[in-house]
Amino acid sequence: MADSAVLTGEHFLIGDVACAEGALAAGCRFFAGYPITPATEVAERMARRMPRVGGVYIQMEDEMGSMAAILGASWGGLKSMTSTSGPGFSLMTENIGLGMMTETPCVIVNVMRGGPSTGLPTLVGQADVMQARWGSHGDYGSISISPSSPQEMFDLTFTAFNLAETYRLPVVVLTDEIVGHMSEKVIIPKALDIKLAKRPKPPASLAREDYVPFMAVDGLVPPMATAGEGYNVHVTGLTHDEWGYPVMKDTAQERLVRRLVDKIRLNVSDIIMTEENGLDGQLDAVVVAYGCTARSAREAVERARQKGLAVGFLRLVTVWPFPEEKVRELAARTGVFIVPEINYGQIALEVERCSGGRAETVFMGLMGGTMHTPEEILAVIEEFSSRRNP
Amino acid sequence: MRELPGFDPADLKAKVAEDHGLHPMDVYLKPGRIPHIWCAGCGLGVVLSCFAQGLKRAGLEPRECAVVSGIGCTGRTAGYLNMDTYHTTHGRAIPFATGLKLSKPDMSVHVISGDGDLFAIGGNHMIHAARRNIDLKVLCVNNFNYGMTGGQVAPTTPIDARTTTSPYGNREHPFNLPHMAHAAGAVYVARWTSFHARQLVVAISETLQKKGFTFIEVIAPCPTGYGRPNKLGSGLDEMKFYRENSVVRHGADPSEVDIGLKGRIAVGKFIDVDKPTFQDQYRAMVGTLGGKGKK
Amino acid sequence: MRKFWRLPLDAGSHTIPIGEVKIIKDRCKGCGFCIEFCPNKILEFSPEFNAKGYHPPRVTSYDECVNCDLCEIICPEFAIFTVLVEKRLVTREDILKHTERLQPGEKESHG
Repeated sequence: MADSAVLTGEHFLIGDVACAEGALAAGCRFFAGYPITPATEVAERMARRMPRVGGVYIQMEDEMGSMAAILGASWGGLKSMTSTSGPGFSLMTENIGLGMMTETPCVIVNVMRGGPSTGLPTLVGQADVMQARWGSHGDYGSISISPSSPQEMFDLTFTAFNLAETYRLPVVVLTDEIVGHMSEKVIIPKALDIKLAKRPKPPASLAREDYVPFMAVDGLVPPMATAGEGYNVHVTGLTHDEWGYPVMKDTAQERLVRRLVDKIRLNVSDIIMTEENGLDGQLDAVVVAYGCTARSAREAVERARQKGLAVGFLRLVTVWPFPEEKVRELAARTGVFIVPEINYGQIALEVERCSGGRAETVFMGLMGGTMHTPEEILAVIEEFSSRRNP
Repeated sequence: MRELPGFDPADLKAKVAEDHGLHPMDVYLKPGRIPHIWCAGCGLGVVLSCFAQGLKRAGLEPRECAVVSGIGCTGRTAGYLNMDTYHTTHGRAIPFATGLKLSKPDMSVHVISGDGDLFAIGGNHMIHAARRNIDLKVLCVNNFNYGMTGGQVAPTTPIDARTTTSPYGNREHPFNLPHMAHAAGAVYVARWTSFHARQLVVAISETLQKKGFTFIEVIAPCPTGYGRPNKLGSGLDEMKFYRENSVVRHGADPSEVDIGLKGRIAVGKFIDVDKPTFQDQYRAMVGTLGGKGKK
Repeated sequence: MRKFWRLPLDAGSHTIPIGEVKIIKDRCKGCGFCIEFCPNKILEFSPEFNAKGYHPPRVTSYDECVNCDLCEIICPEFAIFTVLVEKRLVTREDILKHTERLQPGEKESHG
């Protein structure tokens, strides 16, 4: 009897380990990775658990190999995952592009640390947010999810797999060293209560030669054929037509690339997840935060409200796609967005762009190594709220 | 904005009806995809043909096979074969194939790629997959240059050869590919040329029956990228050169089979040994855990 | 010309395959491999042009294709193949037509 992939019950786990458990519960049965601080614990947990649940663990020779291997395993029909941090993610970007172009479901966990380059391997950073969206060359739609607790590392890694399978693309679990290394209670539900999403497959009644591998039948996502089932699919990173064959023409490029972007862009209402509270009516300020920073921000917002300020809290659970509509709408009702991040302003740029000049965007940055305290965020909330209400 | 022409599946069907099926080996080719892009006199068409013949000889159904390739002229082979084929990024065919093989252990997974793709950018993946003895069948077509991009110097370019990025003659020592593969741990190492079509078919069918990381180097003419700048003549002249200068040396020591711009080419099956594969080892390890493990 | 000192004892009891060469002219790119490497040298460039502007091969001796498949295997374009027409008995007369008796003192040669 294989071990259970779903460790139902209450646990006290670090974020990285909870993430690995979330993947196993989601049905992940292939992990290829490379050690890197602060994500190594994900790989170590997988090395222990995968052989026991009937999956495959392989430690590849580098991150480029890891990313390529998880794409190959996905085409072999397995849910697959890798984990890394900034330097490794940089190495993976080319093959992330391959995953986007070939519409291969898989999950990449990026436990962000201080950068750039080797940076602060053991300490927090949040400066890879834009890279998660735009890292690979060319245009493509992108999904990144940002857990802010070990419980969310379990829940949202699970969700990442569901989104990857539904929309057929690599999904990034964009977390940070603090969430990855902190210990907290994690409740893992019963396997029966877990809803798994599976990639759309060609109907059994469809003749093999009538299957058009990259033609979307429902919505914008084509059904995916696993290797070895007789579909004889050609999968290439070159621009291709709906048969999957390379076509070096602008017409094929238009059809393909627009669909790759639109399959996320036109489905944002089903993809975007946010935590929102106190966002009704006229607001003195709205704090926008994600990841570990959101923990301090939430506390700061609470204290500000106790002092009588009308402060809204918008936590980005999905960082990408960014909740443009929500921010646009909020910009009409608040004077200021306060965006604390552990970088030199990345989500702040998105907030500023979407607010369209109708509200001010106040960016609070730390370059890496520590997170914001609630006091720091509260001080800024108070200062900018009082400027609005002198 | 511009009007986008739609996609009509019937376009391909029309082309297929006109040309597919005229040749007995067309059954191994993706309908409607030939003529291929390779130059007249290129050795890759021969490799494609030999690969199909090898599958036929070994009695494998296309459905049981997957081919993974990288970037370059050889990488285009994948697009012409009528089975599940994956044309991946430069140098990363082998790790992609590793993931595919480990998820579909019953399929025969092939990597068909060029000397630059497998030994320059992909060199690290090559040696590690060989080290682990992943059950992959690697066919490396060596035309001594980067052909697709116009004929640049490669890690296999012989000393003194001219290419667009070695205009004064290459001064770097080239790799000896069978030696590399053997040193990294491949269990089957052979070299043939496009001229040795029959032997290549036999070699390919042998590797199909062999477990572990197998490596076949195929020397192929590249009249456009390599032959012309080095005054080797046409593709046919290069093939005749292989006929005149190849020496069959089965069991030769792979460290002694270097190739120069002129001179002898040692061909044959150099290494054929047995070793537990990555999956044999993994399964054995899982067996010690008392868990069911992967089949 | 092959020379033997006597006819083989089993002359007249063997069959050889005779093939017919099929050429898909418009696929040919004129590389010349089949022409050069046919073991019986029964192919040559034809003077006509195909749709691509190349000279495809043509058969010079229909009787001498032995269905060896080399052209089919070595053609890069999948433009040529052979089919088996018959298994033909090689009679003693056929052999005598293609060989010569060794003279005293001459060594056997294979022409």
